[in-house]
Amino acid sequence: MKYRTVFDIIGPIMIGPSSSHTAGAARIGRVARTLFAEKPDRADIYFYGSFAKTYRGHGTDVAIVGGILDFDTFDSRITNALTIAKEEKIDIHFHEEEALTDHPNTAKVVLTKGEVTIELVGISIGGGKIEIIELNGFKLKLSGNHPAILVVHNDRYGVIAGVSNVLAKHEINIGHMEVSRKEKGKEALMVIEVDQNVPNTILKELESLPNIVKVTKIHD
Amino acid sequence: MFRNVAELVELAESQDIPISEVMIRQEVEVSGKSREVVMNQMRENLKVMRAAVERGISENVRSVSGLTGGDAVKLQEYIKKGNFLSSDVLLDAVSKAVATNEVNAAMGTICATPTAGAAGVVPGVLFGLEAKLNPTEDEMIGYLFASGAFGFVVANNASISGAAGGCQAEVGSATGMAAAALVELAGGTPSQSAEAMAIALKNMLGLVCDPVAGLVEVPCVKRNAMGASNAVVAADMALAGITSRIPCDEVIDAMYKIGQTMPEALRETAQGGLAATPTGRELEAKIFGVSLDKK
Repeated sequence: MKYRTVFDIIGPIMIGPSSSHTAGAARIGRVARTLFAEKPDRADIYFYGSFAKTYRGHGTDVAIVGGILDFDTFDSRITNALTIAKEEKIDIHFHEEEALTDHPNTAKVVLTKGEVTIELVGISIGGGKIEIIELNGFKLKLSGNHPAILVVHNDRYGVIAGVSNVLAKHEINIGHMEVSRKEKGKEALMVIEVDQNVPNTILKELESLPNIVKVTKIHD
Repeated sequence: MFRNVAELVELAESQDIPISEVMIRQEVEVSGKSREVVMNQMRENLKVMRAAVERGISENVRSVSGLTGGDAVKLQEYIKKGNFLSSDVLLDAVSKAVATNEVNAAMGTICATPTAGAAGVVPGVLFGLEAKLNPTEDEMIGYLFASGAFGFVVANNASISGAAGGCQAEVGSATGMAAAALVELAGGTPSQSAEAMAIALKNMLGLVCDPVAGLVEVPCVKRNAMGASNAVVAADMALAGITSRIPCDEVIDAMYKIGQTMPEALRETAQGGLAATPTGRELEAKIFGVSLDKK
């Protein structure tokens, strides 16, 4: 089931005017910021479908930048997000794309700081609910509603077992898990949705395992 | 977890509990939060809804585009004059739906029910009927859980996105949700709630999403107004014992299939319907300096 909580239906509390084009956009921006884990120097935002056609009217542009500034859907600073981004010296670029996407409300966010970059594709599926469907070229499905751990690792046997052993040791239950890779034996991504926030010490422990490249998290 | 309206009604009637209670119990189970936390989260939503309604009926809110604002105040003044055709309760619900959407269009704070564009119907009906039914705060929270339960079914079996399913998926869903929840608030049975939802949603089928200039303003605000009135009348019909020949789940399924076959121009792209009328295009050009169809 796509929707699991009543608060996806009655909620979120948000700055208008559109749950999909404003609140959903803010959430996509915020997940990108959370995964990037620091303030970017530059943000490139690509709008597709209905987003591309109507983003100015819905405040999709200010909302997604608000998310990149780490604002929640109900944070009234969203309405001034473009000005605040300028003050914080984040270089913002919007791109209207013609390409057809599977979902009408699709946005790609690329955040950059120096050499570090993150590229994420999100869709806004209605009522403010979103899914992240691509991260740095990996296909995935991430709601952003639950705490999650993202593990970039080398595609080798035993890596998944190693990660789940560490989580089991700390009594952390896995609610949903996905693994994807671009090519056999190369880099792969594990997305693990868990029931509670995971402390940084556990992320460090995961990172110290063999064949782990990088571990990040999304908190509640 | 209930997967459809039939299961929802069965869960309520077999345990002799209201729809809202089924939703509350499921939420507690799925989220792992305590009942108190879940109730308080909805209480916060109720507070935001009340604040938006009060702002909309007292201030002359205006959207940035200037397309909408001030109509909720106009209706309140009209009700006070006492010379109306329908009823004060109905018009109060309508004006409070309008109030919420005007605040939303002005980038104010609202609670999506189930979406921001359709955020007026559910609170409009609730606060419009508040003086007549005199519910406790917990009963008002119950109304929100009941409407959420029906919205939950629609969201999982069809869609609540205008871009995916047209306005029927947004204001249509909200109207069905409000009708069903109002039946419970007024003391009707879970089955009557389902009938009210079916009757209300049937009359929203096929409604397209064609916002002028792509803004959640024209015709969204007035569609919320009519959604609220539709919801109240559908609730009255169900309470009178009238049933829908087509069961609620099949109406929801029909709505989904209609949405899938709806042309993209009529699904929140500002390419068809009212958005593509001469006046719609003119307003768009005035707001953005250029018409969207020229791009």
